[in-house]
Amino acid sequence: MIKVIRMTVNGKLEELGIDERECLTDTLRNRLGLLSVKKGCEAGECGACTVLIDGKAKNSCVYLTVWAENKEIITVEGIRGKSGNLHPVQQAFVDEAAIQCGFCTPGLILTGVELVNSGKKYTREELRTLISGHLCRCTGYENILHALEKVVGK
Amino acid sequence: MYDIKTVLKATSVQEALKLLGDNEDATIIDGGTDVLIRMKERKLKNATLISIQDIGELYGVTILENGDILIGPGTNFTDIEENSIIQKHIPVLGYACSQVGSPQIRNIATIGGNICNGAVSADSVPSLLALDAILEISSPDDTRLIPIRQFHTGPGKTILKKQKELLTKIIIPKDSYENHGANYIKFGQRNAMEISTLGCAVNLSLSDDKKTIEDYRIAFGVASSTPIRCPFLEEKVRGMDIGEELFKTIRREVLHEVNPRDSWRASKELRIQLIKELSRRATKQAILNAGGTV
Amino acid sequence: MGVGKSINRVDAIEKVTGTAKYVEDMLPSNALIAKVLHSTIANGIVKSINIEEALKMPGVETILTCFDVPDVLYATSGHPLSLDPNHPDVKDKLILSKRVRYYGDDIAAVVADNALNAQKALEKIVVEYEEYEPLLTPQAAINNKISLHEQCPSNELSRMDFEIKDGEVDFYKGKFSDDPYIAGREDLKGTYFSVPPVHACHIENNSCFAYMEGKKMIVVTCNQVPHTLRRNVAEAIEMPIGDVKIIKPYLGGGFGNKQDTMYEPVAAFLSKKLGGRCVAILLTREETFVNTRTRHGMDIYASVEVDENGKIKRKGLKLNSNGGSYGTHRHSITAYAVTNFFELYPSGEIQIGESSTAYTNLPSAGALRGYGIPQIDFAMESQMDDIAMEKGWDPIDFRKKNIMKLGFRDPFDKFYVKSNGLEECIDKGRELIDWDKKRKEYDQFNKTSKDIKKGVGMAIFCYKTGVYPIQLENAACRMVLNEDGSIQVQIGATELGQGSDTVFAQMASEILTIPESKIHVISTQDTDITPYDSGAYASRQSYVTGGAVKKTALLMKEKIIGKAAAIAKISIDDLTIENENIIIGKTKEIICSIGNVATLINFINDSSQTEHITAETTYTCLSNCFAFGASFVDLEVDVPIGKIKISKIISLNDSGKILNPQLARGQVHGGVAMAVGYAIGEQLLFDSKTGKPLNNNLLDYKIPTSMDIPEMESHFVETYEPTGPYGNKALGEPPLIPQAPAIRNAVLHATGVSIYKLPMSPQNLVHEFIKAGLIEDGRE
Repeated sequence: MIKVIRMTVNGKLEELGIDERECLTDTLRNRLGLLSVKKGCEAGECGACTVLIDGKAKNSCVYLTVWAENKEIITVEGIRGKSGNLHPVQQAFVDEAAIQCGFCTPGLILTGVELVNSGKKYTREELRTLISGHLCRCTGYENILHALEKVVGK
Repeated sequence: MYDIKTVLKATSVQEALKLLGDNEDATIIDGGTDVLIRMKERKLKNATLISIQDIGELYGVTILENGDILIGPGTNFTDIEENSIIQKHIPVLGYACSQVGSPQIRNIATIGGNICNGAVSADSVPSLLALDAILEISSPDDTRLIPIRQFHTGPGKTILKKQKELLTKIIIPKDSYENHGANYIKFGQRNAMEISTLGCAVNLSLSDDKKTIEDYRIAFGVASSTPIRCPFLEEKVRGMDIGEELFKTIRREVLHEVNPRDSWRASKELRIQLIKELSRRATKQAILNAGGTV
Repeated sequence: MGVGKSINRVDAIEKVTGTAKYVEDMLPSNALIAKVLHSTIANGIVKSINIEEALKMPGVETILTCFDVPDVLYATSGHPLSLDPNHPDVKDKLILSKRVRYYGDDIAAVVADNALNAQKALEKIVVEYEEYEPLLTPQAAINNKISLHEQCPSNELSRMDFEIKDGEVDFYKGKFSDDPYIAGREDLKGTYFSVPPVHACHIENNSCFAYMEGKKMIVVTCNQVPHTLRRNVAEAIEMPIGDVKIIKPYLGGGFGNKQDTMYEPVAAFLSKKLGGRCVAILLTREETFVNTRTRHGMDIYASVEVDENGKIKRKGLKLNSNGGSYGTHRHSITAYAVTNFFELYPSGEIQIGESSTAYTNLPSAGALRGYGIPQIDFAMESQMDDIAMEKGWDPIDFRKKNIMKLGFRDPFDKFYVKSNGLEECIDKGRELIDWDKKRKEYDQFNKTSKDIKKGVGMAIFCYKTGVYPIQLENAACRMVLNEDGSIQVQIGATELGQGSDTVFAQMASEILTIPESKIHVISTQDTDITPYDSGAYASRQSYVTGGAVKKTALLMKEKIIGKAAAIAKISIDDLTIENENIIIGKTKEIICSIGNVATLINFINDSSQTEHITAETTYTCLSNCFAFGASFVDLEVDVPIGKIKISKIISLNDSGKILNPQLARGQVHGGVAMAVGYAIGEQLLFDSKTGKPLNNNLLDYKIPTSMDIPEMESHFVETYEPTGPYGNKALGEPPLIPQAPAIRNAVLHATGVSIYKLPMSPQNLVHEFIKAGLIEDGRE
């Protein structure tokens, strides 16, 4: 059944007709063209589809779009500065070569943004725990940890 | 896209119970991390979902006047882990919640879902068992309180009446945590994103001189067809002095009350070894947490 | 800029901003979705398929079954066409198959308006099978009366047996056996090692879509070898090669598992049947595990005999490899493994190798980072430590007496080793991990510590770069000069995350002096436009395609100088390029910029001068070389629960000249991490009776999370390989190879228990520790 829902996506209020069977990954990708939201398992295991929902990192593949009513969603498309400059987490990923194939990257960056927004600083071990919901097969997480330490490290 | 017939959103317990009664074969969904996976696996098809995510009264952690701690089953794992009441009084449960899945999963999956799903590997359950949690179960015309020990009836099975009942409160009695030390050990092959191969929770209290075990409760996940307690072992251990004999007894006697399975996820041999070793380790740490020395 | 510097990835911004497009990101919104019906038996025949009910389901466009496909067998391996009749591709695949060869084989496909409708229709299809006993191991399959493929009655896909005498290889035809005696010789009794099938687990699942524009079939897919794929697709769907176009956008990892032809022929076939409408096959994670490729599981019997001085005298190896249901790479991977055993430690009076690849009822095994060498290195390097322990030798000293040296002539591929930093890798690692001190210190510690045991271990490897002379090694490159002095670089070599586009830019910059920011490497391959390349495998691209980039850049430089010389009327011999300017070499006087030349020559109204300056060359690589390396591991074992906690891994690699140190370190990190999974956790499990896959999801298949990966250090011993375009050799795959045996040897040091089976998971370790008496009262 088609339902109309309202949510704020990357700062913009969206009013959308959605199929209530959709998960948020589908809606963001197919209805709003936010293709940074990747699909790696569709079971909440790989973290590639991670988005921020009211500031919290969640797997959008196991999140029904009907739940997003009145919520604030952030994807990687929405974190650049007004003049197009990279978010500090993005910049750190570039500088530390924390990217290889790039498929897990948008999700990891959003977890990084969540950490930045917490205002806290973290040890490397804490960061290992905090990114453990993102599977990356290319980097061994090493440079990802370097990048995050640069931005939110203790 | 999930194979959903319709999603009905309830905003109060009463509404959820009414929807349950009105919709045959409806499924309660909260965080969704179990229900949606079942749909993906095609074990649940053409589902009528009753979403209880928006029921405010099911959310939060409070401490009652009598000192009992009330946990709303709709509270997600992150919020439990970070809650100051939990951290102060029942850190074992906070730790158990921190062992679930991944940070993103913990940001949405709820403790109520973990209990009601009935999985033998549910991370929060051994600690709740060792804390003798009381569950409030509501139906349209009744509310009953039952100890969590009676809740799980088989793999994936609980006493909840499908079309009628909803878990509405989790109560941790004060005498379960006051003057107690507890510990939970989850064993998984990986250190994150893991389904428990074995979980062991110990909750105990010590004599005033901290030399003798007074209260002793030990619970396991994945050691039998449901999460279990080991009453005979507990009886034996109560009153024992802390020392090598205690740990030997635990390692030896614990095997009588468990029934681990041989499966492709883990051999019986491994599970038996884990039961023995984790009982010892969890007990040791619980003693330390209760102010004792080993 | 240029080679040797740590410049940022050329695709970094696209990837951090989410604008990099992968296959599914390019899917047209009106694409139809196909779901494949997978068999629920492992071995048998489809007797009938009833699609009547399924056709009535909402959204269904068409359903095609194994009874509807052309009877054309095609190859799936991502190898360039071999003109050598001794190395033909294995053609054993149909688009959909009546003959079921593994649990999950493709027997029908539903095309619908969306995935859910396709799935629901799929569930309405009724299949009747004639079922045979699943043959899951080489022992069960070889010489069984049931043949998996008509053209291979014995189920033994291929063998390679040889004796090396005086540096020359004598091939003979051996016989399959699973006893420990190599070549049936009592004096060559092998120790048994076993390694399971594992999966690449790139985070992007295999996916593709196909549609037609006019008579052209366009296939968009995540494939590492687009030109080879084009040939395989054309053959499978019976279209001329020129009518098929492959587009390869960014890849979400590949590691070899996107080298083979997967569902592209199926999508193209379905599209063709639907008049060219767009049909997509987007595998689920569960399908990616089962329906793509695995790393070969192998049974290895290794025999090594030494003299009192620590010199290896006799070596024998028997290697039985489980190839799974389709032939794909035939015997190449197993052959790579068996030969490596006689290359890393080439000494010996007797050297006999026997190897077999079997067809079995498991998912097909194919290429995966390391191409057979991680398997053999586990056996080989574990055995070296066992021998050292038995003899009371230091494992490092023992190795150093026997390793391959500079000047070694490879008996198989007949090239000479011209760069070799292996010994330096070993020595440097020994120092960095503080080997001598830690070995003693931990020995002391372990005497009194019962539950926690500490160990340091190491292992080494060698790995070839590219596949010359077994196969053709060529690559083409085209450069187009723009009037701002920037260039487009078109290559058929594929970026899959390893950073090849970036180092190609550096290589071009090195010669043309144009900064990488002005070198636009076109990352997307489109076989209608992109020059030929054999693609990404064998860690070949920087070595072979790098040669093409260098050759083309030199040609471009020559053209630019030639044009400048003509304009300025100066001899070309006096000119050179520096800092994007054409200058007089002696005086350093600037004549003009590269951009000036491009603009002038492109727009000058003079038929004798006007030219759109481009350069294109093909480079044929007629060489090979070994990359080398060592790994040192410091760990502790929690004995009662069988858990390994790695404190540190130091990976040392001789990959020749390092082109981009920061990205090179990234390759090492990734290889080490993947190997940690191989060593301690990963294994594809199948029901032993039915062959049904058990753990084909990311929860039950244990790829390491960030909390499972140790701290790691990467060091390069930079040699200069004269055959490499910039002194470079293989890097992408090698760092993975020695980790499993290094971890195993550290466990041996810690516990005194030799492990012969991967993975070293808690289950396997607890079992071994109980057996060894390390866990008391284990069975009470």
